[in-house]
Amino acid sequence: MKVGTVAGTVVSTVNTPLLDRRLLLCDIEGMQGREGYTICVDVVDAGVGDTVLILDEGNSARQILGVDTGEIRAVIVGIIDQIDLD
Amino acid sequence: MQLGRVMGSVVASEKVDGLDGVRFLVVQPLDRNSRPSGATVVAADAVHMAGEGELVYFVASREAAEAMPERFVPVDHAVVGIVDHVHLPDERRRAAHEEEE
Repeated sequence: MKVGTVAGTVVSTVNTPLLDRRLLLCDIEGMQGREGYTICVDVVDAGVGDTVLILDEGNSARQILGVDTGEIRAVIVGIIDQIDLD
Repeated sequence: MQLGRVMGSVVASEKVDGLDGVRFLVVQPLDRNSRPSGATVVAADAVHMAGEGELVYFVASREAAEAMPERFVPVDHAVVGIVDHVHLPDERRRAAHEEEE
């Protein structure tokens, strides 16, 4: 899983049925700052500016959404309150 | 999933079984601010509607094959949606601030 920050929303009308959901554009955060971005499906109602936990693995993503097959990989699975690094 | 811009289409008459009727598009991956980033890829069109010049989002790896009507087809990128709008509130605020300066 990855730590990300929600940067904004992606609005789309024409899409595959499975992706007719709330999509958020998230910056992926690394130890040295941003490491790219990914468009994620949101199942926890995260908002812009939230630090989130991003799951980027297809089988787990499908499990969360309750489907056996589907073109889905990145899902926001948590909103992070705090990260402690020693 | 990543943002991309459709640059054109690819036509292949001789294809592996399972790819019949699938449209292929040349897609330029974009960064979060919709600027070109990285090498172009050929992606299958899972929405059957994406056209040249359109802003789309695409999925890579095995999930791309999952977007196809037939399972386990040799596809590694698929366009799964056409983007109407990317809303980045902070970026807009920053751009407005830079303009003021």
